[in-house]
Amino acid sequence: MKETPLSNCERRFLLRAIEEKKRLDGRQTYDYRNIKISFGTDYGCCIVELGKTRVLGQVSCELVSPKLNRATEGILFFNLELSQMAAPAFEPGRQSDLLVKLNRLLERCLRNSKCIDTESLCVVAGEKVWQIRVDLHLLNHDGNIIDAASIAAIVALCHFRRPDVSVQGDEVTLYTLEERDPVPLSIHHMPICVSFAFFQQGTYLLVDPNELEERVMDGLLVIAMNKHREICTVQSSGGIMLLQDQVLRCSKIAGVKVAEITELIQKALENDKRARKEGGKFGFAESIANQRITAFKMEKAPVDTSDVEEKAEEIIAEADPPPETVSKPVLWTPGTAQIGEGIESSWGDLEEEEEEDEGGSDEVTILDSVKMETEDHNVGNHISDDAPIVLSDSEEDEIIILEPGENPKETRIQANSKQDKVSSKNVIRKKKKKPAD
Amino acid sequence: METEFAPSAGPEADPSSRGSGCSLRHFACEQNLLSRPDGSASFLQGDTSVLVGVYGPAEVKVSKEIFNKATLEVILKPKIGLPGVAEKSRERLIRNTCEAVVLGTLHPRTSITIILQIVSDAGSLLACCLNAACLALVDAGVPMRALFCGVTCALDPDGSLVLDPTAKQEKEARAILTFALDSTEQKLLMSTTKGLYSVAEFQQCLAAAQHASHHIFRFYRDSLQRRYSKS
Repeated sequence: MKETPLSNCERRFLLRAIEEKKRLDGRQTYDYRNIKISFGTDYGCCIVELGKTRVLGQVSCELVSPKLNRATEGILFFNLELSQMAAPAFEPGRQSDLLVKLNRLLERCLRNSKCIDTESLCVVAGEKVWQIRVDLHLLNHDGNIIDAASIAAIVALCHFRRPDVSVQGDEVTLYTLEERDPVPLSIHHMPICVSFAFFQQGTYLLVDPNELEERVMDGLLVIAMNKHREICTVQSSGGIMLLQDQVLRCSKIAGVKVAEITELIQKALENDKRARKEGGKFGFAESIANQRITAFKMEKAPVDTSDVEEKAEEIIAEADPPPETVSKPVLWTPGTAQIGEGIESSWGDLEEEEEEDEGGSDEVTILDSVKMETEDHNVGNHISDDAPIVLSDSEEDEIIILEPGENPKETRIQANSKQDKVSSKNVIRKKKKKPAD
Repeated sequence: METEFAPSAGPEADPSSRGSGCSLRHFACEQNLLSRPDGSASFLQGDTSVLVGVYGPAEVKVSKEIFNKATLEVILKPKIGLPGVAEKSRERLIRNTCEAVVLGTLHPRTSITIILQIVSDAGSLLACCLNAACLALVDAGVPMRALFCGVTCALDPDGSLVLDPTAKQEKEARAILTFALDSTEQKLLMSTTKGLYSVAEFQQCLAAAQHASHHIFRFYRDSLQRRYSKS
């Protein structure tokens, strides 16, 4: 579906409001929207809501052979998908630019910053390493996808537990989840992206732009930083020209924001860990707010199925008996089988060219209701006869003589075929070869 | 683990009587939780969770338009990896069910797109997808001739029936049957089965699913009543 265009008056209104340091949702220039993090029942699954932007993250692992030039390192794979649910304009195949940009930024932020210790993912050097796959799905697009995605990715990675492995000499034992508790990944630091939107050629700046603000912005600056104030990635797009002190100011703001967000993430991870350890409730069911009028819960409901047997017997007794099965398959030669016998074909005429391709003979093809493909023939061979027919590709096949009074609709011109005995209409035709009678 | 779900539900609780220990897991739903789609719903059955967004009736590509009714598109996205053949076949089943109930002739030459995202899979996934899709269509205001629900039945190797099986029960079952039933007369809209079972067992599972659907439709009614009633 096409993107709904932004009207000129909306654009002007937004820009004028920004000039007066006002935002539509009442935030201040440097304010982030509410961040809400919820976890699922399996490890590595989380949903992050940044205002109304929602991202689902899931981490999974698999044992694979390592890359040839990195025999002792595990493999990390990131995949961000812009689901069609997130915005009507995100059709498969239509969003490649944005998708590539976001994926690349995410990779630079997480992979190149070496936040995950890949050496610890090695099981047997050169043979088996863990491949960690992070799948992010954008569920709702209300601006600032990259921030939400980077938070979801790092939270999912921190939450994830991989199966425990022990290596004794040559023997590698992979323990299941029941045998040994799974082990968390080794994460050095948590890089988080912070986005700055610039308006009016860099005069005005907003942190965490929402969707409307993104549409009217001139350029975007993304700084990925961790709480130790180390910059992992900087990207400036949109062709705005920024001054050095602007970039430095942004990095200072980013430092403050990242510290706040990291604290929020730690708290959420702690809460979830505590809930799991104490046997309390956890998972998405718990994160549905009870007070919301649009949410509803029902406890486990027993279903009385004591009378199903009687009901079933009644239905079967009253029902018609099942229809007769089709005739048994007849095996002609290895690889050739026949089911049923031919009946009138109800297909229309084929084109001329097919006829020429297949030897140029006109024969009426009688198709079964069950059409079978046989191995040792060209396309279009049908054996629907009781007697064996030897078919050939000879070019010298004769022409068929059809009896008058044939329903022209039933005439099907095709190269190889049969004859039909049980058909109600009389059709005489000359077969390709030894006619079987 | 979801604490409301007692692992003793099903045949182990009552080994003497066949099927009378069936129960549905804890249900939860939330509607209108996404701001961009016209309608959205999240449905949770125990630990299985599916999020659905509906766009429609909206503009349709000329190549896909049908002159006298709405084009229904269903997209199912798994959580890990790219969608494969299993997702395509589930999409088709969901689409066939929806086409049977959605009044497409009221909106010709439009498209109604249903996008399902699997959030977690712990058994009875297709049934959860159907339930979530129905609530999302209701939230979007798409006209339908009836509501529909999905119920999954599993048959143990010893022949007892389990409704709304968990992933573990599905793995140990000898047959898994999923039915889509409509709300007016609990008639069968769609059925898909996997495994070995007899005709009598099929009818028994269908009858059990019809019993279970009463609970599900009551859940729909209660949740919509909570949302739309004045008090």
